[in-house]
Amino acid sequence: MASWPLLSFTTFLPLAGVALILLFCRGNTPDVVRNVRYVALWTTVITFVLSLFIWFNFDPRNPGYQLVEKASWIPEFGISYHMGVDGISMLFVILSTFLVPLCILSSWEAVQNRVKEYMIAFLVLETLMVGMFCALDFVLFYMFFEGVLIPMFLIIGVWGGQRRVYAAFKFFLYTLLGSVLMLLAILAMYFVAGTTDIPTITATHFPRQMQLWLWLAFFASFAVKVPMWPVHTWLPDAHVEAPTAGSVILAGVLLKMGGYGFLRFNIPILPEATEYFAPLIYTLSIVAVIYTSLVALAQEDMKKLIAYSSVAHMGFVTIGMFALNQQGIEGSIFTMLSHGIVSGALFLCVGVVYDRLHTREIARYGGLVKNMPKYAVVFLFMTMASVGLPGTSGFVGEFLVLLGAFRDNTWVAFLAATGMVLGAAYALWLYRRIVYGKLTKPDVRAMFDLSPREVAIFLPLIAVVLWMGVYPTSFLSITSASVGQVIQTYQTKLAAAHGGETGGVSVAAR
Amino acid sequence: MEVLVVFLPLLAFLVAGSIALFGGPKAEPVPAGHGHGHDHGHGHGHDDHAHISHDELHDAHDDAHDDHHVVAGPPTPADRTAQFVTAGAVLVSAVLSWILFFDVAVGGHPRTIELMSWIRSGSLDVSWALRIDQLTAVMLVVVNTVSAMVHVYSVGYMAEDPQKPRFMGYLSLFTFAMLMLVTADNLVQLFFGWEGVGLASYLLINFWYEKPSANNAAIKAFLVNRVGDFGFALGIFAIFVLTNSVQFDAIFAKAPDLVGQKMHFLSWNVDALTVTCLLLFMGAMGKSAQLGLHTWLPDAMEGPTPVSALIHAATMVTAGVFMVCRLSPVFEYAPTALEVVTVVGALTAFVAATIGFTQFDIKRVIAYSTMSQLGYMFFAAGVSAYGAAMFHLFTHAFFKALLFLGAGSVIHALHHEQDMRKMGGVWRKIPFTYAVMWIGNLALAGLPIFAGYYSKDMILEAAFASASPVGKFAFALGIAAALLTAFYSWRLLFMTFHGKPRMDKEVYDHAHESPIVMLIPLAVLALGALFAGIGFHNLFIGHDMDHFWGKALLVLHDNNSIEAAHHHTPTWVALAPLVVGLIGIALAYIMYMAIPSLPAKVAGTLPGLHQFLYKKWYFDELYDILFVRTAKALGYGLWKSGDGAVIDGVGPDGVAAATRDVAARASRLQSGYVYHYAFAMVIGVVLLVAWLSMFG
Repeated sequence: MASWPLLSFTTFLPLAGVALILLFCRGNTPDVVRNVRYVALWTTVITFVLSLFIWFNFDPRNPGYQLVEKASWIPEFGISYHMGVDGISMLFVILSTFLVPLCILSSWEAVQNRVKEYMIAFLVLETLMVGMFCALDFVLFYMFFEGVLIPMFLIIGVWGGQRRVYAAFKFFLYTLLGSVLMLLAILAMYFVAGTTDIPTITATHFPRQMQLWLWLAFFASFAVKVPMWPVHTWLPDAHVEAPTAGSVILAGVLLKMGGYGFLRFNIPILPEATEYFAPLIYTLSIVAVIYTSLVALAQEDMKKLIAYSSVAHMGFVTIGMFALNQQGIEGSIFTMLSHGIVSGALFLCVGVVYDRLHTREIARYGGLVKNMPKYAVVFLFMTMASVGLPGTSGFVGEFLVLLGAFRDNTWVAFLAATGMVLGAAYALWLYRRIVYGKLTKPDVRAMFDLSPREVAIFLPLIAVVLWMGVYPTSFLSITSASVGQVIQTYQTKLAAAHGGETGGVSVAAR
Repeated sequence: MEVLVVFLPLLAFLVAGSIALFGGPKAEPVPAGHGHGHDHGHGHGHDDHAHISHDELHDAHDDAHDDHHVVAGPPTPADRTAQFVTAGAVLVSAVLSWILFFDVAVGGHPRTIELMSWIRSGSLDVSWALRIDQLTAVMLVVVNTVSAMVHVYSVGYMAEDPQKPRFMGYLSLFTFAMLMLVTADNLVQLFFGWEGVGLASYLLINFWYEKPSANNAAIKAFLVNRVGDFGFALGIFAIFVLTNSVQFDAIFAKAPDLVGQKMHFLSWNVDALTVTCLLLFMGAMGKSAQLGLHTWLPDAMEGPTPVSALIHAATMVTAGVFMVCRLSPVFEYAPTALEVVTVVGALTAFVAATIGFTQFDIKRVIAYSTMSQLGYMFFAAGVSAYGAAMFHLFTHAFFKALLFLGAGSVIHALHHEQDMRKMGGVWRKIPFTYAVMWIGNLALAGLPIFAGYYSKDMILEAAFASASPVGKFAFALGIAAALLTAFYSWRLLFMTFHGKPRMDKEVYDHAHESPIVMLIPLAVLALGALFAGIGFHNLFIGHDMDHFWGKALLVLHDNNSIEAAHHHTPTWVALAPLVVGLIGIALAYIMYMAIPSLPAKVAGTLPGLHQFLYKKWYFDELYDILFVRTAKALGYGLWKSGDGAVIDGVGPDGVAAATRDVAARASRLQSGYVYHYAFAMVIGVVLLVAWLSMFG
């Protein structure tokens, strides 16, 4: 199995779907549109199944890159086509391929104009996302990383709400600005290492002063993506204007690219700078947790509220990551995975009622439990997962992150843990306003409960949230070895830089 | 068998939940412009119809004290299935628990059953496991017995509610979470059950989701508990950092070595065990409604009365006491923390009692009584009388569940009236309820041979005899609270059952005894209130105590206050609770039977004090200003000013606008809006924290 290029197949299979659509689905008749939807759905489902083989072929005990493919690409510049996954990236690949079919399914009826282009955008997006998580060459990575912007920009700008153009440009400019700096950093690293191969660069030592500048350049790019306070304001606008499926991918996968970047580049390649800047990350993350939770409390738009909650949750992610111990980093990966599922599901929950009433204003709803009991159950479940109720995926990540933070700095854990209270406040307050209360408004009364198609979307999400909450070992065992290696690399390099006087290596093993 | 005890209720929840979701009569959405609910004929109209009748009722009633809801038709087969499955499952669980109790606790065979691995990360290793030791066995009996009785009782009490399967399902879900809590073998599973019961409590308080007061009470309960859990979680982290484990036996083994060890917590170097225990105790304070984190409990009475009996009296709120007792091998080595536990418990016992005797809502009186009794349990634990704390937990579960269910029976009889000012004179109409309420109150007030007599007296004696520096303080407040307890209990009895009927004549005429399905649980619990004390005191706090508890509780030799109480209690100390109890009863008799005009006069002479107590020491008002409003205002302000004006203003929008209106924006910075300054403060804090953590 490992003999054929599984990662490349998974990455580029969606493009085959694009080709099918372009070649065979001409015209705009209802039949053609239906075919387009089915092609997109089947392509993404098959991609997902294929991606599961990555999981089956993955050896969790091996901390290094697996299923590696390497081909010379531009040898004069040391650029190669290098793909591979380790315990850090593998689950993100699965997350991406898992969410896209659900997105297609959720757009089944909601998207009615330019269906063909819409599906093509999603398929291209999938290729770029999966490719980004597999890329082991900086040039390749950068192409995928930046490429993602284009379909996302189109999805918001073409199929979005009323202020879609403003939101799309805000999104694009913010992220592009950061990316330009990252490109400079990649060039600088290339001139030192003479290659763009990520594993090679990871093994390269950079001088301290250079590390600081490189770190800041990467930080500019990833902090916008995460997004960290105070460069988060593009996210609420983008979410509000994006179509439901766009929000799902945005929250589910695109935000994780920032966290992934920190973990893949900043920490192992630039350890001295990481140590130097960790307090900065802590501070910004804590502000994110408290500040955006408070702001979420004041929102009147459902999507904005969930968008702000995403910023708060991503604050947990960066806190855990820069605690730089096993629980912290594993917790931050787990939180990213969990948030990918849960916030995706929450946006789908918003989509369900938006499709019926065409408003995101919280005050327009109320009393839905009466006529939409199934919806109420699903929404409650996802709300609780978002709040971090034990037994759901949200808890495991949050718990590990805070535990890791506590081991490193009690102030950080203390302040971040206030997010437990504030998070519950805005989530329950949202739920109460939409689902509980008296059902009085006639148009809200007329809303019908989940359709079988919607149930089919939510069931896998619920199953995964429960699985991750009750038996997270399936996932933690995959991340464990690679995370251990990242910490090992970090500690070893740091010890070397400090002249070997720190006893940090033994701590890493805990 | 252990697995069955815990997971049968979960199974029952799943069945009842499925019935509620897929099996019951469904509310047909009525298209706009169409008339309401004219389709009774084919069995679908129930909910709509019920909805309307509910609206009408709401208009007629002041909903502040209305335990009533929708009226439904006879139970459907689906309802019956849900009731049968849930009540049956919990009854089986209860029987099995008693078998386990005699085997594990009385027989002395504690055991732990590993189910599977849960979270494994680095050296953190958490398992799903069922730890059945003596402490757990006691809790299993309490939880499952009361839960089974409440399940049966609910069949009658909720007969008029259209959503029976949902209610029964929630009760079973709660039972499952509570069982996971008490069988936990590590702190994280304890936390799982802890939050699980919180969820169930949230759902059940909110059961009548159309009432805004219920919605608010549910959110409040969840959030206040979360504040406690914030401390609890930090406590778990601290334990892990100190002992490198979260599993109980591993923690207990390490605890003695940690005496005197310092820990860097926040900016201070503090005694590690003290701060850890205090953090954990914060969780207990939230769940057990101790002073400061208690404001949710009275509001939780918005839930149906069986819920109040099960969750907010007998089981969930005692989880904090259980937790402190479970962790006695850690708390014993943190004497300062134990003193805090004692003081908080004693203050709670007293303050709650002072509020209790001014309230008029029958359920709220009992709720404050619960809070007060929980205070007793805590100061018992605080003076190392864990056995007495657990014994009071055990007896209290029976008599307080009895009181709540009895109150429910009264409410049921009086057409859902909860205000005691609109009761009175009904004892002939509902003699059985009247009798069991007497039993419950006698047990609560601690009259000899009744259950509370044994447990409460031991707590007070242990507090007096204890070597703890705050033991006498707790004893004094405990005696004062005992006086008030007896007073408000008989005030409740007299106002509810005696005197002239103060309700509408029609209501009085229709007052009726509850159906047999509600009376049987009352009878069973009354037996508990009668015999739980006399039957078990030897095991829990008497001669067989050491053998009974085995290794489940740890009391250091010098701290053994129960032992001390057995030997050196002056006679007046032993008699004091009984004497003040009788005084309290006599006072209540004078004020509410002999001279019924007296209470108003007393309140009139001390209006300030009465208002202060009636308004519950103004905790709610204070918290509303301090936290609720502040958080909302801050959120709104940070959003508009922080994100809107400053970040976007300076960032993306600002770059474009900068050339246009630099001057205009500069003046906006000095607008005097408080949020702008708040935002500036946030930035200041950011810089400060960054600076501290980089260089500090």
